Amino acid sequence: MLYREVGQFKVSYAADQAIFPIVQDRWLMLAALAAAYLVIPAVGSEYWLLTIMIPFLVYALAALGLNLLTGYAGQVSLGTGGFMAVGAFATYKLTTLFPGLNIILVLLLAGVIAALVGTLFGFPSLRIKGFYLAVATLAAQFFLIWMFNKFPWFYNYSASGVISAPPRAVFGQVYVTGAEADPRAKYLFVLTVVVLLALAAKGLVRGRVGRAWMAIRDMDVAAEIIGIRPLRTKLLAFALSSFYCGIAGAMWAFIYTSAVEASAFEIERSFQILFMIIIGGLGSILGSFLGAAFIVLLPIFLDNAPRLAGFEIPVNLVTNLQSMVFGALIVFFLIVEPNGLARLWAIGKEKLRLWPFPH
Amino acid sequence: MDALAAIFLTPLANMWSNPEFLLEVVIGGLLAGVMYSLVALGFVLIYKASGVFNFAQGTMVLFAALTFVGLLERGVPIWGAFVIATAVMVLLAVAIERLMLRPLVNQEQIILFMATIGLAFLLDGFGQLVWGSDVHPLDIGIPKAPLIIGGVLINEFDLVAAAVAGSLVAALALFFQHTAVGRALRAVADDHQAAQSVGIPLRSIWVIVWSVAGVVGLVAGIMWGSKLGVQFSISLVALKALPVLILGGFTSVPGAIIGGLIVGVGEKVAEVFWGPAFGGAIEDWFAYALALVFLLFRPHGLFGERIIERV
Amino acid sequence: MKLAKTLLMATAVSVAAFGLGADWAFAQNEQFIPRLVYRTGPYAPNGIPFADGYADYLDMIDARDGGVGGIKITYEECETAYNNDKGVECYERLKNKGPTGASLVDPLSTGITYALIERATADKIPVISMGYGRADASYGPVFPYVFTLPATYWAQADAMVKYVADQMGGLDKLKGKKLGLVYIDIAYGKEPISTLEKLSQKYGYTFVKYPVSAPGIEQSATWLQIRQQRPDWLFMWGWGVMNSTAIKGAASVGYPMDHFIGVWWSGSEPDVVPAGDAAINYKSGTFHGAGQDYSAVKDILKFVYDKSGGHTTRDKVGEVLYNRGVINAIYDLEAIGTAQTKFGKKPLKGEDVQWGYEHLDITPQRITQLGADGLMVPIALSCDNHEGNGKVRIQQWDGKHWKFVSDWIQPDRAMLTEMYKESALNYAKEKGITPRECEKVM
Repeated sequence: MLYREVGQFKVSYAADQAIFPIVQDRWLMLAALAAAYLVIPAVGSEYWLLTIMIPFLVYALAALGLNLLTGYAGQVSLGTGGFMAVGAFATYKLTTLFPGLNIILVLLLAGVIAALVGTLFGFPSLRIKGFYLAVATLAAQFFLIWMFNKFPWFYNYSASGVISAPPRAVFGQVYVTGAEADPRAKYLFVLTVVVLLALAAKGLVRGRVGRAWMAIRDMDVAAEIIGIRPLRTKLLAFALSSFYCGIAGAMWAFIYTSAVEASAFEIERSFQILFMIIIGGLGSILGSFLGAAFIVLLPIFLDNAPRLAGFEIPVNLVTNLQSMVFGALIVFFLIVEPNGLARLWAIGKEKLRLWPFPH
Repeated sequence: MDALAAIFLTPLANMWSNPEFLLEVVIGGLLAGVMYSLVALGFVLIYKASGVFNFAQGTMVLFAALTFVGLLERGVPIWGAFVIATAVMVLLAVAIERLMLRPLVNQEQIILFMATIGLAFLLDGFGQLVWGSDVHPLDIGIPKAPLIIGGVLINEFDLVAAAVAGSLVAALALFFQHTAVGRALRAVADDHQAAQSVGIPLRSIWVIVWSVAGVVGLVAGIMWGSKLGVQFSISLVALKALPVLILGGFTSVPGAIIGGLIVGVGEKVAEVFWGPAFGGAIEDWFAYALALVFLLFRPHGLFGERIIERV
Repeated sequence: MKLAKTLLMATAVSVAAFGLGADWAFAQNEQFIPRLVYRTGPYAPNGIPFADGYADYLDMIDARDGGVGGIKITYEECETAYNNDKGVECYERLKNKGPTGASLVDPLSTGITYALIERATADKIPVISMGYGRADASYGPVFPYVFTLPATYWAQADAMVKYVADQMGGLDKLKGKKLGLVYIDIAYGKEPISTLEKLSQKYGYTFVKYPVSAPGIEQSATWLQIRQQRPDWLFMWGWGVMNSTAIKGAASVGYPMDHFIGVWWSGSEPDVVPAGDAAINYKSGTFHGAGQDYSAVKDILKFVYDKSGGHTTRDKVGEVLYNRGVINAIYDLEAIGTAQTKFGKKPLKGEDVQWGYEHLDITPQRITQLGADGLMVPIALSCDNHEGNGKVRIQQWDGKHWKFVSDWIQPDRAMLTEMYKESALNYAKEKGITPRECEKVM
């Protein structure tokens, strides 16, 4: 009743090809953006902004990057952490070598560097497929982390190998890194970057590039026969995915934790992001966000729920229970909807179109 | 120039000048590799028979070891503890089949993989809940003294581990080749639906396979637990076993052993002779790089099944 | 796609609203200390006794003395599992609890310390990185809110070299010898390298590095190399499972255990017990005593364990890491007490406790009053010196207990102060921080 296309006529091709063809969707999206931009910074406490929203957005960006590679192009990759590390360390080196450069430019350049590294490590995908490729990307993961740990040039010869974000302003006095940065400035900066990149990703996957990826994913032999070049397509997937992951890693290091060592991007990080896209939904932009929300927010909620409900439970018990609930939920979700939260969302929308009528 | 010399000349010179040391490193590597194979075996069994890449294998090894050592600490004699721990792993296999595999039958590989991730979290939390997070020393009488044979150092413990792994592999090989259950397992590994249509009860097969993997995990857990003490870090051994799997192929039991040997030797030799050129501690990624190189020539591992793709 | 976020936010906001209510459960006359602990995960065997010791000491002070200056101390544990982002999340959640907010924070992990330094400085909450974290934070002008008492890794490295020289008959005997460092290849493990390299140039010994990739469960290659190269003395900067594996590795290649000295995070029961008999005669550095033979520890048994029971079992009281938790608590409470002399006997803010720390002066008389004779050494901090000139001692494992095998060693303070200052000023330059001028600070 509420969610129908009745009465919405498109009079141009552009209107027909819009990302949100149904007006209600567009309104919802605008409302969500308004909430994200206006409501959250106004009512959110520092704790919410810094330890819940910012990591959620950064993870969502990384998940988006991995989804492009694994969900759309079908190349299973476990090197996400390594590419994030490339982004983080590249940003650090660039901004310490060229302190005058604007942080936005630095982030973009770091993304490009990460993309180049990603392309390099994407070459094995031309020969290896499936789980074997995943384990091959682990070579990239371990090598990159080892490299950032080992060569002091990357962390400017500090005794401990930790890189620390110098204060940088996005314009004027609006600092987004460093101790002086206002949490709201940080949050809005991260939000803007993520929104823009998500929009770009949506455009990518709806266009020729995305379709080529999906063809390779579904049946790469057939795709090659109809003229899609596997080399270019796969390498482009690796490059763009690493671009996104690099920027996510840079924001992780500079805005979220402000001091990071290479071990923050270890194999556990890669697995975490893989879980996000599988739970959220492979091959779905929305899925990356939903999965990130699930993996970031749920543990925090589970950790704090007993306290909020008034129970005093020893911390190790809480953590172990949280682990168990988390694992059980994953299995449960997979049984109920193997295609992830995005699919659940799509089914919900389908049902909503009919509501309140039965059919 | 220095760097080139360090990579191409110095290691070979070192090896040549001290052949006993090279032998020592190679033997140490072979034995370390066997320990990795023990863990890899569990992966292979489950992948072979149910097509599932069991992310939770490392956690299962830890859980089995925790159960075993927990029983020992409560005064149960070794063989009793082993039997009870085996029973626990069988129960776990039954639970996994009933609650996880059955509802997800015929789903894609990646979904099942994801489900095993959930299982890993579950077992992790459960194990620490029941047995605590402390480190439990485990000593079942395996001799640990270093042996020096002809100037070459060999660790007695590793020899025992190698013997255990060898007998385990032999037993598994016999099981798969010469028993009806083994044949049924291989049929299921080939094609679930075809196996079902000839009357092989999928459910019982899965329970059997996961139980066997659980027992293999228990043995691996006991060996690694004796080496490191039973603690959380044992589940990280699974990461060491992954290159072994790639090299050997996901579906081959002898592949797991040979892969383990190659990875073990490769890792140690690289670390000792090439490590200093890179600043050391290259073991981690070297194993994967080695596996990657192998994969470029044989994309399905040394002994893995070649998957034929059809359009 | 943002609708999901909105929905989640709605649920989350309601959860947060719920959460705000729970804060007001604290009484007004209490001092709150957040406790970042790790009781699960790979480092739990080390984290559990530490957390227990700290918590037990606080309980004892509350039970025996009614708190510090009559103000009860309350604390809340938050599980970090040694994970940096969880540490940050715990800090952010707990920093405003209690009537005056968090008095201080003990991150208990070098990684979390790094992540918290900037935030805590902006929030004006002292970060106490006791024997870990950034060594150069000992230079107070650049790091007003970070305290590294009683000794840093660099100090420990220097003290270890002094001990080795002592064992060999003098500093000049170091010339031409080979000293090795087995370390876990992460930030923490690399900390002593610059100091050991500097000392190798000063005293003429060869310094060999043996990195072990984290987490260090397979070290046979490293130990075969050590067997080949036979360093005269071996130091270890390991953590977690790497320690016991290294000790076993040393035994398996026949390296003499009494020449093997670990840093204070490589010298506790969870490290030696899994290695069994192989660990006998292994040495480690420490900055406090072990065992139950101190009045303060005995009081814990009397006021906590005899009454309502403590956080662990009686036989674990007195373990190395347990006592380390106790010392951490003693330092923290002494700082609060010192701050109370200026700001009055009431719940204090983090800023006030920072003043307390900068003016912390634990004299031998005070140590006797605390019942900690032999458990800790006198220490005095100042605006310039956030380390306090603590001393280091070497202890040895005999299979059952840790026993001191050296006197209290004072590291080379002149050299270390120079090193701290240089490194801290570099950091300040990178971050655009102007160092404080300590004469101007009261």
